[in-house]
Amino acid sequence: MLELSLHILDIAENSTRAGARHIDISLEEDSIRDLLTISVKDDGFGMSDETIKKALDPFYTTKKVRRVGLGLPMLADAAQRTGGKLTLTSKEGCGTNVTVKFGLSHIDRQPLGNIAGTMVTLIAGNPNVEFVYRHRRDDCEYVLNTCEIKKEIDDIPINHVEILNYIKADIVEGLIEIGAQA
Amino acid sequence: MAKLKIEDLKKIKEKVLADNALREGDRRVRITVHMGTCGIASGAREVMDALMKEIEEAAVSDVVVTTSGCMGLCSREPLITVEIVGQEPIKYEYMNPNKMRQVFKRHVLEGEVQTPFVLAKGAEDIK
Repeated sequence: MLELSLHILDIAENSTRAGARHIDISLEEDSIRDLLTISVKDDGFGMSDETIKKALDPFYTTKKVRRVGLGLPMLADAAQRTGGKLTLTSKEGCGTNVTVKFGLSHIDRQPLGNIAGTMVTLIAGNPNVEFVYRHRRDDCEYVLNTCEIKKEIDDIPINHVEILNYIKADIVEGLIEIGAQA
Repeated sequence: MAKLKIEDLKKIKEKVLADNALREGDRRVRITVHMGTCGIASGAREVMDALMKEIEEAAVSDVVVTTSGCMGLCSREPLITVEIVGQEPIKYEYMNPNKMRQVFKRHVLEGEVQTPFVLAKGAEDIK
């Protein structure tokens, strides 16, 4: 995977598979400490301590159709290449939190890429899940909350193409406004 | 350009409601883009993007897009499943935005299965 936004899509898809109803995706660019922090937090069914230990092993998976599980290991590797790391916390029945730190200006840090495409794909595929996307650049913050959008559109499904286009445009505009550079 | 506002959302809402009043009938087609790690890494998001653009251009309201996980055929990703109501689902392999546009125009809109891209007929169990 060549973009951080693809990693985010992958990790958030894990959350939906864990039966999450609410997924919080946040991204923080801290230019002073030269740090990029991405976190994906869900309220899915979580993992046991045993599973957490095995989750970063590329040869561990809970699926039966194949013998590898590369999502988390690849993200952990992408972080380690920039001097960062991945932290996984989870509690059975409560949810999971994946936090990844990257060196913001490190030459090996992947670009964020098309995050609007990631969010739209997530919302289109999981219209019943609430998504919150927060992007912070130093002191400026952009927030997208599908809960608020749903309130405005009443009975129009959130995965309607027009609404998805609105969301996409909103993210693109919002990130320009806060001066996001990742 | 100014940031989008809630007013824009209201306008979209009115437009969609007006459009819906003109049309009737429920969904006719469901297209599933497989979004496992393997699918994402081989370009499923771009396929999804192309698909949504096509739906917008064709202005159809009876097509639903959804995502699913990996089904174990990682080497043939990106995979999509086209399910037309009353017909057997068709799975397409090695998709890309171009093939996606062709499948949408020929299969989804005109009902002509694009045999060269087909992986299989039928549904699978995703575990």
